[in-house]
Amino acid sequence: MKNRWIALYVENQVGVLAKVSGLFSGKSYNLQSLTVGTTEDETVSRMTICVTSDDITFEQIKKQLNRMVEVIKVIDLTNMAAHMKEILFAKIKNCTVADKAEVFQIAQVFQVEVADIGVDSVLLECTLTERKNNELIDLLKSRFRHVQIVRGGAVAIEGISTSCAGRTVYRKNP
Amino acid sequence: MDITGRKLFVKALLEEGVDTVFAYPGGMVTDILDELYKTEAIELVLPRHEQGLVHEAEGYAKSTGRVGVCIVTSGPGATNTLTALADAHYDCIPLVCFTGQVPLGLMGNDAFQEIDIVGMTRNITKYSVTVRERKELGRIIKMAFHIARTGKPGPVLIDIPKDIQTQPGPSQYPDSVNIRGYKPNESVHIGQLKKGYKLLKGAKRPLFLLGGGINIARANDRMLELVEKTQVPVVTTIMGKGAIPTDHPLYIGNSGMHGKYAANIAVSRCDVLFSIGTRFNDRITGDLNEFAPNAKIVHVDVDTASISRNVVVDVPIVADANLAIEKLLEWAEPQKCTKWMEEIAGWDQENPLEMRRDRGMTPQMIMEGINQAFDSGILVTDVGQHQMWAAQYIELNKDKQFITSGGLGTMGFGLPAAIGAKIANPNKDVICITGDGGIQMNIQELATSIVQEAPVVVCLLNNYYLGMVRQMQQLWYGKRYEATCLRRRKGCPAQCKGPGEQCPPYTPDFVKLAESYGAKGLRVFREEEILPALEEARRSSVTTFIEFMIATEDIVLPMVKGGNPMSEMILSK
Repeated sequence: MKNRWIALYVENQVGVLAKVSGLFSGKSYNLQSLTVGTTEDETVSRMTICVTSDDITFEQIKKQLNRMVEVIKVIDLTNMAAHMKEILFAKIKNCTVADKAEVFQIAQVFQVEVADIGVDSVLLECTLTERKNNELIDLLKSRFRHVQIVRGGAVAIEGISTSCAGRTVYRKNP
Repeated sequence: MDITGRKLFVKALLEEGVDTVFAYPGGMVTDILDELYKTEAIELVLPRHEQGLVHEAEGYAKSTGRVGVCIVTSGPGATNTLTALADAHYDCIPLVCFTGQVPLGLMGNDAFQEIDIVGMTRNITKYSVTVRERKELGRIIKMAFHIARTGKPGPVLIDIPKDIQTQPGPSQYPDSVNIRGYKPNESVHIGQLKKGYKLLKGAKRPLFLLGGGINIARANDRMLELVEKTQVPVVTTIMGKGAIPTDHPLYIGNSGMHGKYAANIAVSRCDVLFSIGTRFNDRITGDLNEFAPNAKIVHVDVDTASISRNVVVDVPIVADANLAIEKLLEWAEPQKCTKWMEEIAGWDQENPLEMRRDRGMTPQMIMEGINQAFDSGILVTDVGQHQMWAAQYIELNKDKQFITSGGLGTMGFGLPAAIGAKIANPNKDVICITGDGGIQMNIQELATSIVQEAPVVVCLLNNYYLGMVRQMQQLWYGKRYEATCLRRRKGCPAQCKGPGEQCPPYTPDFVKLAESYGAKGLRVFREEEILPALEEARRSSVTTFIEFMIATEDIVLPMVKGGNPMSEMILSK
């Protein structure tokens, strides 16, 4: 069992998201995240899907997606050089002055933006890889009691150069 | 010039060559029906329930290969189709089901008889969609017929809001349609097929496993040619029954849970299993780890997703059965299977398919009677013990067709599907083999057979029980017949372990019931009455209902317990 990534071109129509997500629940596939948005062609949407599965199930998932009339193309990103990013907001509440200083330090090390600040809370806006976001969440939760997390699921696009200069995710999520 | 949606709808049906629609009215399809009223070229069949309606369309489609067309209203009309649509989806039956819908402006308001039928049918249809713009209507109907009949066939549901039906719009019905997400496979990978054939040719104990795909592709003649050319023996799944004639010397029988002993042992012992058009369903494989343990498996199927899903195969080939067989015929050479065939014949002699003949009228005798009384025709079964007995004992040749609900196992399928088949084939004999449980799930369709003048021969095997489940209770639940006795009444003892003299009478009286519908009713108790009754039914111009009173506690054998290896068959009680 491991995490795998699929990019899916689908018809931008009512009900397509329900159909695709319904496949995962209906056939007991383990869906980790699913994001969707329109592409340069407004009749087409692109989904980025992360699933946890074994090899045989993953093959079946791709085939099942492929046979849907609304699915135009299935791309397996698992072994592909791809850029992946996830948007994440982390609001740290009930901060002391010392807490705030620590949040700022963490923000600096993780290279994320401090998007907002109040009397006793700080808002971080992060656009990292999903794994990096996980690490940040773990750290914040270990340091502060009141952390609110809102995350969007990863979006991914195939790389241009084969190396993808340091930002690449090669099956990084174990 | 613009025309209304309802006009375009009828135009579309005519251009698709539709001659029959199965329709049940309701507030949201009155416009379409009004338009059909003006059209003589399309016959409208009015069933008595929407589930029966879709099963009738299934019988129509399955017996002809044409698309069955259904029209139902919104809300309950639409939800009543669900079971039958799921059945058609499982068994790859091409249907287009039109559902009426409340006007666009009311959708989402929980209007009267509004239901999100597209949402409900998403995973039991090949495609389902609501028409949201009048200008899209023609393209969507074209798409529906194209998707239903191509690739792996299946049901398509088109939901048409009331206002789309009356709105004016483009009058053109497209000749063709290009769907970017739907490109069914129309070729065969020669390299893979060669690889598969090489395996078959090199085998000492080769075996064909043929599924419903052969019948759907109507590849029976070619398949027979291939079998005769290669001399490789054949087993079938229940859906594949009739792939080649059942009296052919190279035909062993059905494999699977209630398959023939020799067929299941052959699958377990073969060294190459060349399968075409089967999904390797759990009823065929049993314990997956023990399935065909010595065999290299070649799998031809039109649906990529069916390959290496349940059974990991050695040579996957995505292709339509017809195309693959045609290509194989170019290479086919006779193989030496004499010794292998002798082995198989030995197993068959060891445990032939046979019921005891010393205890009165058995299901086997009834099936043999049907074989004898009908040289040709369409045999439709319901679901249950009678279905398995039919699958075991009914003989098929190229003039006989076998229609059954295999994937979903829908009780209530038999009678309406038989009526649909008769409507499509008025000159053929249509025999419905059914049980006392299944028949009651859609018995109202007797009226349809009468009013449509579509006489079928109903052979009802009555054992007073929901026998398939009772059989499990008999074998594994200490004869605790909970919820399976159809004679049981309130006054019966709480713990009854079986039938006896004291049992209450059965209800209903099927003969009287049949007569009340205007059908002919006959009741048969003894072996010698079987043939005369079938003869009478065959000659009858109205639907004839023969109730065969069979032993109450007979079970279907052989049997493999779910999840056990196919070689571990229960052979006697």
